[in-house]
Amino acid sequence: MKPINKILLILAALQPAPVLASGAVHQNYKWLTFLVFSSIIAATMYITFWASKRVKSTEDFYAAGNSISGLQNGWAIAGDYLSAASFLGIAGLISLYGYDGFMYSVGFLMGYIAVLLVIAEPCRNIGKYTLGDILAFRNDPKKARMIAALSTITVSIFYLTAQMVGGGVLVKTLIGIDYEVSVIAVGTLMLAYVVFGGMVATTYVQIVKAVLLVIASLVLVTLVWMPYGFSLPAFLQAVADNPNVQAQVAKLLGAAASAMSPAELGQRFLEPGLFLKDPIDQISLGMALVFGTAGLPHILMRFFTVPNAQAARKSVVWAMAIIGGFYVLTLFLGFGAAMHVGPETIGGIDKGGNMAAPLLAQYLGGGESSLMGNFMLAFVAAVAFATIVAVVAGLVLASASAIAHDLYVNVIKDGKATQAQQMKAAKIASICVGVVAIIIGILAKGQNVAHLVGMAFAVAASSNLPAIFLTLYWKKCNTTGVVMGMLIGAGSAILLVLVSPNMTYPLKVLNDANSVIQSAPQKIAEHRELLTRIRSEAAVNGIEKEIATLEKQLKKAEEDTAKYQNQTTSMMGLEKPLFPLKNPGIISIPLGFLMVILFSLFTHDKRAEDLWEELYVRQNTGLHVEDVSH
Amino acid sequence: MKKSNIHWEAVEADPRFQALHRDKNRFLWRMMLFALIFYFLLPISTAYFQDILKVKVWSVINVGLLFALSQFIVAWVIAIIYAKRASSEFDTRARELVKDAHNIKGLL
Repeated sequence: MKPINKILLILAALQPAPVLASGAVHQNYKWLTFLVFSSIIAATMYITFWASKRVKSTEDFYAAGNSISGLQNGWAIAGDYLSAASFLGIAGLISLYGYDGFMYSVGFLMGYIAVLLVIAEPCRNIGKYTLGDILAFRNDPKKARMIAALSTITVSIFYLTAQMVGGGVLVKTLIGIDYEVSVIAVGTLMLAYVVFGGMVATTYVQIVKAVLLVIASLVLVTLVWMPYGFSLPAFLQAVADNPNVQAQVAKLLGAAASAMSPAELGQRFLEPGLFLKDPIDQISLGMALVFGTAGLPHILMRFFTVPNAQAARKSVVWAMAIIGGFYVLTLFLGFGAAMHVGPETIGGIDKGGNMAAPLLAQYLGGGESSLMGNFMLAFVAAVAFATIVAVVAGLVLASASAIAHDLYVNVIKDGKATQAQQMKAAKIASICVGVVAIIIGILAKGQNVAHLVGMAFAVAASSNLPAIFLTLYWKKCNTTGVVMGMLIGAGSAILLVLVSPNMTYPLKVLNDANSVIQSAPQKIAEHRELLTRIRSEAAVNGIEKEIATLEKQLKKAEEDTAKYQNQTTSMMGLEKPLFPLKNPGIISIPLGFLMVILFSLFTHDKRAEDLWEELYVRQNTGLHVEDVSH
Repeated sequence: MKKSNIHWEAVEADPRFQALHRDKNRFLWRMMLFALIFYFLLPISTAYFQDILKVKVWSVINVGLLFALSQFIVAWVIAIIYAKRASSEFDTRARELVKDAHNIKGLL
């Protein structure tokens, strides 16, 4: 190889991967992306226009006039729940870490068992629009609404920030528009749905998005599985035999892999332990997923859109079928991406693996420069975009209802507000929350938000679930218990995350950076030296890739050193984590329950006792469900 | 709140309601407990019993993959069993109580 070519190659390797410069969609096919995006956006705008004529009262705005059927609501719950994190994130984790990624899929589905058995129907029977309605039934209404609103807003903001930041990065990576522009686009579109169409538009947008998501996934899985005659053993055998997969396992295991045969390496991808290392952390995460789902305010709110408990039940059963079916598909999406795109490429573009499903779509359609490949990529990108917008819309509606319905109408105005005033409050609150979401999205650019979804689940599980559950099923539960339990449950979850390894610890960063700076230049020099002696094209390519990676690491280390130069402690003033786990659930969930119980036992609340029989009869029978109006 | 003419304490004390909530709770808690134990066995075994999960059952398919996939089946089966029992039995019993609620006055 001529030296000039070599230099060109090295330069090419030093550039960010070409797909990153202008998004993963090929330049020649921008029009295609534009077309697919605009058709999906146009469809949702039409829905919003149609819905806006149906939204006449707060009943319509918050609860779609209880007119949603069980089947429709099942799809809408799936639309609300299958966020970008679960759609792209889990497929990505499976493509990078195999079996361990799939563990998330299982946890996310199992959360619905608690929703189905103990939460959905009672909540439909006693609530109207919000978490506050449920807690205010027998507890002191003002205090219960205030704490419920606080918790709803906290959970929603965590979740929302993760969606906005993740969405901004994703859209930028996929189609190459600026981060700020995509955050504003997501925010504006979502506000249009919510403000003009309320829950009616939000519900139908979620249904459309869930259907598109399932269709896209089914097409991809069919294409990826068909060559193996739809046989599971044959497909998994191909995964284990794949050199990309084997190389990834070898990289993850490091020195331990040297004694393993290729077949053993491939098999290891189908076994646990490549990603989740700490057993207690794993159980703690499982607890947050399983108990948190039932406390997510935007999911709870969906049960008020159906007419009765039977429809609520039916909607959870449908949601479990759709969500579960989808999560089974993630196994094929993730493994397919690992085989055809390769963990190296996927992890190179995005560390979390979020690009696995889109890149798989591009490959299956015929590759980077084919029409079909780019169409499929554009389609998956548009579905991902619709996903973010729909999930954010649900979250904004949940927070806006907490502000307008709980805080404004029922706490400030004592429930004495006209329909017109209530509608105005709902819309103003939606706009405010939406604008805040956009601002947070822009401010949090470049921040590590991966732990925020986990935090939202942990707070929901430690604060909302104990309060709802004990209010519904325990006679002695009362206002003080609920307020203190929610404060301590949520507070402990947040505090534990703030002092956990999720935060950035400058000393550790500097230390790591330092060791890279110490060792990388020498390694690069060694590789360069090797390059002058090796002739084989493949080996040269491999070494050049290695050099590019090392130089990237070196650059990052230098940036980190400059950034954290004069810092010694994390934002909490700690040199190292106080709490060893990344997931606080194992401590904060039992603590939340315990606090509700203890404070209820040691205090006395006449209203909570007097209304117990009414609540218990109503939640079990649905008696007078038509007049739950407090 | 609209003042309803239901005598809630009396309905709650009605033997039919007592029987309904007892049967329902017993059924629900058993299902919930089973689901929780079955689910948490998965993270517990990926953490402490990896050797069992690594045992191959059918070509490359191992116990771990089957266990993870079985979680989906269990979730769906629980959902179906509950939905069946609820709509065939609990709903009917609750509806009878609702129909009769205005007449349940207790011993006042």
